[in-house]
Amino acid sequence: MEAYTEKIREISERLLKDGTVEAVIGYRKGSVENSNEPCIVRSSEKINDLVWDSNCRINLANYLTNRKDKVAIIAKGCDSRNINTQIIENKIKRDQLFIIGVPCSGMTKKEDSSDLQENCKVCHHKNPVVYDELVAAEVEETKVDRYEDVKKIEAMGVEEKWEFFKDLLEPCTRCYACKNACPLCYCPTCFVDESKPQWVGKGMDPIDVRTYHFLRAYHCAGRCTDCGACESACPQGINMRHFTKKLEKECFDQFAWEAGLNSEERPPLDTFKLDDPQTFIK
Amino acid sequence: MKVIKIDKAKWASGVSSLQGTYKIIGPAVDGDAHNFKELAKGEEPDFNFLNTKLSPKSIVFPQSEKMLEYSVDENKEDHHIMKEVKKDYSPRAVVGIRPCDAKAINLVKMNFDTDDYKDPYWLKLYEATTFVGLACDKPCDSCFCTSTGCGPYNEEGLDILLKEDGASYVAKALTEKGETLLGAAGFSDAGDEAAFEAGKKDAEAKITSSVQTDKLKDFSTLDLYNADFWEDLSFACLNCGTCTFACPTCWCFDIQDEVKGKDGVRVRNWDSCMFPLFTMHTTGHNPRGTKEHRVRQRFMHKLKYFVDKYEKGIMCVGCGRCVNQCPVNIDIRKVCDVMNNHVPEPVK
Repeated sequence: MEAYTEKIREISERLLKDGTVEAVIGYRKGSVENSNEPCIVRSSEKINDLVWDSNCRINLANYLTNRKDKVAIIAKGCDSRNINTQIIENKIKRDQLFIIGVPCSGMTKKEDSSDLQENCKVCHHKNPVVYDELVAAEVEETKVDRYEDVKKIEAMGVEEKWEFFKDLLEPCTRCYACKNACPLCYCPTCFVDESKPQWVGKGMDPIDVRTYHFLRAYHCAGRCTDCGACESACPQGINMRHFTKKLEKECFDQFAWEAGLNSEERPPLDTFKLDDPQTFIK
Repeated sequence: MKVIKIDKAKWASGVSSLQGTYKIIGPAVDGDAHNFKELAKGEEPDFNFLNTKLSPKSIVFPQSEKMLEYSVDENKEDHHIMKEVKKDYSPRAVVGIRPCDAKAINLVKMNFDTDDYKDPYWLKLYEATTFVGLACDKPCDSCFCTSTGCGPYNEEGLDILLKEDGASYVAKALTEKGETLLGAAGFSDAGDEAAFEAGKKDAEAKITSSVQTDKLKDFSTLDLYNADFWEDLSFACLNCGTCTFACPTCWCFDIQDEVKGKDGVRVRNWDSCMFPLFTMHTTGHNPRGTKEHRVRQRFMHKLKYFVDKYEKGIMCVGCGRCVNQCPVNIDIRKVCDVMNNHVPEPVK
């Protein structure tokens, strides 16, 4: 990891000095155990703030939305796919970016630095899919069943599923860390904040809490890269990835689609093709 | 001030005997952490915790609280009349609240109980509650209460301060409410106050983290407001409500009418200055339109406006919840030190 940090600093310093970019978006060392803080570095004096280790959980693509300047960004496999998604969705232009790619061996849990995050355990795209320069040689990709947990829930009966989701969302305080950490959630006004009309109640009524989570997940269908930022951001330890992953699986099964692998192809729910599968029409 | 010694063997039955008179709210295991909840008959408060994940502020300031109810159905006699929702204000005791959280309730009281305005909902819950504190002999790494005008044995806001002392607890009754509760539980053996002095010294020595606040008052508001450090401090912020919801001193709320058919309730919900909607005007203009504005507001409120308005120090008790729970590791200790050590540009 130290070699990664050194290389990130070396590339960043060069880019800032030669004027390729105005700023570098990366991480600096956090103040509590197993934490780093996303940061923006504008001058070479601050280069040594930049670090890389297994606590770089937050998806930095989240900090690109609607930027006007030219920046360098440090990107793991998942971040790079979300950068592509932001490019497809006109939130940033490719020529505004210098992508410093980081082949990633996975991020660890904040509460247990010896355990990989759940999404990292089933990651199929550890290497950045788009980059201008890599900080190290690519790592080996692994193939595991990405959807074992989804299948377990699919196998449940209706009642059991309802109980499962009820328990899952019970600790939610509606702090919105999940949607705010998500690089897909960039609507100028989120539906939860709409007041004319107001779509969803703001209290702790379980129906409102569930409506928020279900709708948020649906908005991510075909766009989610399972970066795990939502889950890692949640102060209540809720695994809301159960929702987004189910939708990701549907998109994979129906359209052989994985989000953000290139910056040209629009997500399947954003397009219509005559040969789209129609098995859901009964 | 009465000091009582309670044999641990008699503790559970004493607390349990209160349950006819009081609802007992105590720390209990909740998922991967502890939180306060109403304990079932015979359930003991679980003191095997550092602090709860969420603060106990919700005991007097629920996250979502029905205030009034009404009907616009003209077939009903009392249509179009706002009526207070009937609620349970019977006596309750929070057993095991940490001194930082008790002080926080006192801070919040400055907002809900003023000469001009008394918040009936907050005050009724507050008055129904007896606060039984548990001194903090094992502070967390991120605790910094000793530099916020608080401390692991701080008594503000408490009716009783409890301390573990080997095979017993020592309880100091700090108010009449506290004495009444100890009497109702049948705890009457005399205890030794010296246990508190020694424990306090040891516990304070264990708190190594701190903030500097001495210069905050001397700055002009605009020197801090216009300072150049806010972009750097706010860059990572996601504008989620984690810090404000976890914070025992954050008191902001929003009022909403929830209507179904012809019946409605007026509800008060926690709100957060981190949310854009918090300051959105009906015109669509938002005076705090960027996350930098919102982050600045949160810290200026806690560390400057509050300091100037109340002259009671900062609006933070050093519990460390925001420090630990912030998904992007924004640390109020760092922000406070940056503000306190700011050197304003000389006037040209």
